[in-house]
Amino acid sequence: MISRLDRSPVANWWRTVDRWFLAAFLSLMGLGIVLSFAASPAVAERIGLDSFHFATRQIVYMIPALIALIAVSFLDARQIRRLSLFLLGLMLLMMVAVLFVGVQVKGAHRWLSIAGISVQPSEFLKPAFVIICAWLFAEHKRQPDIPGNLFAMILLGAVVALLVAQPDLGQTILVLGTWGVMFFMAGMPWLWIIVIGGLGLAGAVGAYTVFPHVAGRIDRFMTGEGDTFQVDMGRDAVIQGGWFGVGPGEGTVKRLIPDSHADFVFSVAGEEFGIVLCLLIMSIFAFIVLRGLRTALREEDDFTRFAVAGLVVVFGFQSVINMGVNLQLMPAKGMTLPFISYGGSSLIAIAISMGMVLALTRRRPEKRKTLSFERAGGHMLPAE
Amino acid sequence: MIALLRGRRKPGDAAGSIVLEGARKATGGKQKNRVVMTMAVFFGLYAAIAGRLVYLGMLDPEESGPPASRVTASRPDIVDRNGEVLATDIKTASLFAEPRRIVDADEVIERLSTVLPDIEVEQTYHKLKSGAGFVWLKRQLTPKQQSEIMALGLPGIGFRTEKRRFYPAGPTAAHIVGLTNIDNKGIAGLEKYIDDQGLADLQASGLAIAKDLKPVKLSVDLRVQHIVHDELAQAMERYHAIAAGAVVLNANTGEVVAMASLPDFDPNNPFNAHEKDRLNRMSAGVYEMGSTIKSFTTAMALDSGLANLESRFDASRPLRIGRFTIKDFHGKGRVLTLPEVFIYSSNIGSAKEADMVGIEGHREFLKRLGLLDRLKTELPEVASPTEPKEWKKVHSITISFGHGMSTTPLQTAVGAAALMNGGKLIQPTFLPRSQDEANAVAEQVLKPTTVEQMRYLYRLNAEKGSGKRAEVPGFRVGGKTGTAEKVVNGRYSSDKRFNAFLAAFPMDNPQYIVLSIIDEPKPEKPGMGATSGLNAAPIVANIIRRSGALLGVKPEFGHESGATVVSYQ
Repeated sequence: MISRLDRSPVANWWRTVDRWFLAAFLSLMGLGIVLSFAASPAVAERIGLDSFHFATRQIVYMIPALIALIAVSFLDARQIRRLSLFLLGLMLLMMVAVLFVGVQVKGAHRWLSIAGISVQPSEFLKPAFVIICAWLFAEHKRQPDIPGNLFAMILLGAVVALLVAQPDLGQTILVLGTWGVMFFMAGMPWLWIIVIGGLGLAGAVGAYTVFPHVAGRIDRFMTGEGDTFQVDMGRDAVIQGGWFGVGPGEGTVKRLIPDSHADFVFSVAGEEFGIVLCLLIMSIFAFIVLRGLRTALREEDDFTRFAVAGLVVVFGFQSVINMGVNLQLMPAKGMTLPFISYGGSSLIAIAISMGMVLALTRRRPEKRKTLSFERAGGHMLPAE
Repeated sequence: MIALLRGRRKPGDAAGSIVLEGARKATGGKQKNRVVMTMAVFFGLYAAIAGRLVYLGMLDPEESGPPASRVTASRPDIVDRNGEVLATDIKTASLFAEPRRIVDADEVIERLSTVLPDIEVEQTYHKLKSGAGFVWLKRQLTPKQQSEIMALGLPGIGFRTEKRRFYPAGPTAAHIVGLTNIDNKGIAGLEKYIDDQGLADLQASGLAIAKDLKPVKLSVDLRVQHIVHDELAQAMERYHAIAAGAVVLNANTGEVVAMASLPDFDPNNPFNAHEKDRLNRMSAGVYEMGSTIKSFTTAMALDSGLANLESRFDASRPLRIGRFTIKDFHGKGRVLTLPEVFIYSSNIGSAKEADMVGIEGHREFLKRLGLLDRLKTELPEVASPTEPKEWKKVHSITISFGHGMSTTPLQTAVGAAALMNGGKLIQPTFLPRSQDEANAVAEQVLKPTTVEQMRYLYRLNAEKGSGKRAEVPGFRVGGKTGTAEKVVNGRYSSDKRFNAFLAAFPMDNPQYIVLSIIDEPKPEKPGMGATSGLNAAPIVANIIRRSGALLGVKPEFGHESGATVVSYQ
């Protein structure tokens, strides 16, 4: 172990970082590599690439992701805010650019090709957006004269408008949901909750009527009729695998899933390694989210509280939606499984946001003084 | 306290938590409350996912997977009396698809058609789009086709091993052995008989396991069967006939040693087995057998005791019955003795024999010899004979020379066996039967003296009468010809004939009955006739010549009149 006398930044980091989080993130990344070998060869072969094209690239992307995760976790709260402000500005610009010069894939403008690398700005926008909103809410709380909430709302409006323009409804729902939860935790009055909830419902109905593909997906989910091939296959893969799976490389249903390496990697995990591994993966996600929220609960600093909660909520929503779609619990919605699905932008962006979680949850000396209150609060929680 | 007061200002706080507010920051309590609520929501979401995973784990994967391996029907081998295989199971692969797993039906069809060019595109497309769990695409592929389809690497299709029936003898014994359908169920011949004997139930219960099934042995001798088949094929060509058939029946046990009917079909590729003219004429066709029936008329006259070999019948003038006039084909125009009536095949003489016995006696006699009832045997394809609804004198008279009553050739042969074997009617069988078993089922229908006289008449007819061409040196053949005019548009036609030759050998103690039929034979060479003695009789002779030794009949040349002739043909 590193000596307490060692005051170098690395030693300091190791002493203060939340090692449970670190272990959870690293194990998810490891699982991502293992599962990419199971899920991606079939897709690669189908589109005429080398069998391990996606698996290799997944490993290659892991390197910058790991660097980003560790590097960001060294930052302090102030640096995180600055990084986020920079990222937010850059990504907003790129999201505007994407509408004009973006690469169109399956009818949506989401990717920007920079020096031969496809970047999805909306992925990087999410952590920056969460941090800035957390900061705005916290500032408003600290000094009610500052119109933080208003700014947060304006920011949300801008981001949502850009996402809908792409269109990318999955990210829109994610951003709206996260913002809503953060605002809720920041003490949003119940009246507002009802109003915003109503607006959200109206938005959902609006999406159903405006976007035919959304309507189609929801209809298919509700009635089970129509082309539900991919989600049916996802469910079938899990059933096929049973509790302990059919074994690595033995999966057959996975070959029929078009997006087995991306959105349906969870099903492939189920087929080849069994429901036991699915439960393990799910438990890691649940652990990260609940531990993140528990940290937020104990946190005294508003900004840190909102930021950590917001980051794990995005992470949690994404995992819940992905797993829910895989298991046919909700209508089909393209959503990556954090750390595990194939995709460079998604992986690095998740690494950055979880790096921020690590950075914000590092033990800080100033927290010690409130430790006694913490205990009291925690102990008495059920009375609330 | 200030904190407490500030806390109290918030209207949403529950009174019970006031005490704790003091230990906290001003708005912390409310915010923490909400974090806890968020945690609860996420906990619920993950619990739902875990529950769903456990639920899916409880489901049986077979429900959505391909159907369990199909138990294909095993059948016993069918062998001839010497153990030669007539039918056996071979394994083949059949192609199926699981439409729910087919990604691109068009691609599947396009690529399959490179291996199976005859695949029905539209029909297959609908099958693949049906959303069913399982459809057959093509049954019973060759190993080459199977490996080529495997090499295509198409998802959603697969193979099941199935049993398929193979008949090494091809068409030779097709009508006896029969057929199975694509599910290996017997649908014709003895294959169907085997199913009806309980194999079908055995298969349904999944107990028909290949190695437990004993081969089914037949009474058929494949070597003799081949000779019969071959001779019929030659005769069809030689006489330009539309059909031909023959049966070799063991006179003492009722075992069918060989039986063929042409045209037939190849059971390995029975595309034409259902064509109308490919029926088994020997057992499933009924014909007016013509003069061969005079054997029974003569036997009846003798057996009744009203006539003997010295009896005389006036055949000098045609016989008139109502508007019919009965004439003789080989008319002698004089009084004939009973043997003369037989060997000259006199219609008038036969009519008078029948008249002597009377209508009731005539019918009763034919009934006794089983010529009016459906034959009881293992083969499912057996037709019922026809007789007049009400017997009148004219019927008795025409039936006496083989018209007005239709029987199957096989039952005619069975009846003839009774005339030769000592007077026992033995239902024919296609399974081995010992002499004791035959005696147990035999019915005595004739007096032994009648049999002696009939043997003499049969031999006489081959030596001096219309059956000369049936003679085979050493085998003492005896028989009766039959040349029947066929009914065309309700009238007897003079140029379309149905000929038969009913024979037995060796005549000193007849072992086998050989009956040949030939439908619409033409003269072998222009200027020759086309009567039974010129086509049906030579068929019988050829069959006996080639198979007599195989049937265990010892040729005795000393019995022949004149010099001993050893013939190598």
